[in-house]
Amino acid sequence: MAGGTDLLPKMKRREIEAPKYVIDLKGIPDLDYIEYDHKKGLRLGALTTIHAIETSPVIQLRFSILAQAAYLMAAPQVRNRGTVAGNICNAVPSADSVPPLLALEAKLKLMSQKGERILALEDFFTGPHETVLTGVELLVEIQIPPLPSESRGIYLKLSPKRSMDLATVGVAALVITEDGLCKDIRIALGAVAPTPIRAKRAEDIIRGQGFSDELIERTAQTAAEESRPIDDHRASAEYRRWMVQALVRRAINQAIS
Amino acid sequence: MKQIKITVNGKTHELRVKPWATLLEVIRDDLGLTGTKEGCGLGECGACTVIMDGNTVNACLVLAPEADGKEITTIEALAQGDKLHPIQEAFMEHGGLQCGFCTPGILVSTKALLDENPNPTDEEIRRGIAGNFCRCTGYTKIFESIKAAAQKGGR
Repeated sequence: MAGGTDLLPKMKRREIEAPKYVIDLKGIPDLDYIEYDHKKGLRLGALTTIHAIETSPVIQLRFSILAQAAYLMAAPQVRNRGTVAGNICNAVPSADSVPPLLALEAKLKLMSQKGERILALEDFFTGPHETVLTGVELLVEIQIPPLPSESRGIYLKLSPKRSMDLATVGVAALVITEDGLCKDIRIALGAVAPTPIRAKRAEDIIRGQGFSDELIERTAQTAAEESRPIDDHRASAEYRRWMVQALVRRAINQAIS
Repeated sequence: MKQIKITVNGKTHELRVKPWATLLEVIRDDLGLTGTKEGCGLGECGACTVIMDGNTVNACLVLAPEADGKEITTIEALAQGDKLHPIQEAFMEHGGLQCGFCTPGILVSTKALLDENPNPTDEEIRRGIAGNFCRCTGYTKIFESIKAAAQKGGR
């Protein structure tokens, strides 16, 4: 357990079998850090809270898409306790920190008694509430490669309430421009598939091209086609698909404005 | 049972607690400080908000052993004897409560907000109490009370 803001409600609601032991990771020294290096990029320790991400000057400056997501999550009491690593490991399709981290091409350092392995975040999730983590493994660090300075990322969260709400749709778009063209783009979607996903076919449409309204629209439309939303009490699949299109269009436009 | 040492409102307590007890249970049942309320028990409503090492937390989502060595401020720390805290006065003056159940949590969130940011913008006030639900009334009078407390320098 890191912050416990997901685990404790699950235990209290009897959604999981009562664990025999709960191990508090906060007793492990040196897991709470935000470190930035021009060459290596950003490294976040497993105990970094959402509040720490939201208020970190280096993240606000260089990886603002992640700070934007942290800003939109839950409420102060939860952001003060909850961690980004926990948000990842809880593995809900609507996790707000995940689309920005997918767009940032984050890697995860997993550790066990047998050693450690580094895995792309994209390969971490296997389904709702399911990950490749084995029972004896721990996510200890999130690694984000450095970004060129001419990049800009936008995270947009659609939710009925402004706070304390899950994303009905979450869209992250990271655009790297060069001479007015789209040198690279990464689009990631939350809450519209069994796990957060990259919309790579959509990215291919605009990569290397100019930002015409028509191309942005086709990119947004393709992202909507790549999404695989479900109908539930929060929204219908059809509505979610339309919102993916709207939010991808909006995110790209904001990123290049 | 687990031995913990916590400082609540400036007073240090050494307690033997069940490892699965929450900080909220320790505050209310072991220490008898019943100003902190249990609402949902799931970290949604904020009725159990306390300040732990400078940050607000939902006491219902903190296990007692996690609070070991921590400094905690509860609603009881606001008034000094019969003298109300400026935040409390502002809430009385502006009618920032109805049934009062959410009020301790809201006052504690307000205190944490104004301690860190004595001149919050309207948006910062709304974000500051976004984790505290009031089910009686709207938030307008609560918002006005916080604004008045900030203007009076109520920290």
